[in-house]
Amino acid sequence: MIEVLASILILAGAGLALIAAIGLQRFGDVFARMHVATKPASLGMALALTGAVLAMAGVGHTTKLILVILFQYLTAPISAHLIGRATFRAGTEMHPDTNFDELASRIKPRPRQSN
Amino acid sequence: MLQVSTTIALAALSIAAALCIVRMARGGSLPDRVVALDSLLVIVVIGLAVLAARTGESLYLDIMVVASLLGFTGTTLVSTFVERRGAR
Repeated sequence: MIEVLASILILAGAGLALIAAIGLQRFGDVFARMHVATKPASLGMALALTGAVLAMAGVGHTTKLILVILFQYLTAPISAHLIGRATFRAGTEMHPDTNFDELASRIKPRPRQSN
Repeated sequence: MLQVSTTIALAALSIAAALCIVRMARGGSLPDRVVALDSLLVIVVIGLAVLAARTGESLYLDIMVVASLLGFTGTTLVSTFVERRGAR
């Protein structure tokens, strides 16, 4: 019974990772790609690691896996924010279908360097 | 049961990793490659968890802790580099 649950969780995590990788190919913009790539970084990893917790018995294993989940939930938003901020400030162009750029009136993208 | 599901999961993760590597090679700009590298590392960590569940080896768990720590450091470093030098 617990093996079935672990299998379902592991398959869900791997499926989310696959969907994100397809999205990395299909989306046409750094920001859209980041939007799709940060989903499995938190939810998919939490699902797969919970499946591994169920499949492996033992307090030490469970502690390590929960530590990885906690650390990922702490750092994934920070690194995504840092990449997004750096990308916007560097003046990366957006997809032509983009309708609104609400940050443009507040943050001036840095002018391109010539070298 | 667990053998079959982990085999399917590892196959899906392999396809996902290959797609990430394709995006890294095609690029677009530097942040594109950073995002692809970040999700490739997430896929590696998920794959290590799947392998640990399949074999019951506890060695993979230690590698997972180190890989997730190193991934955050690398992404932060490259994003400060992008902010200073511009995306190209």
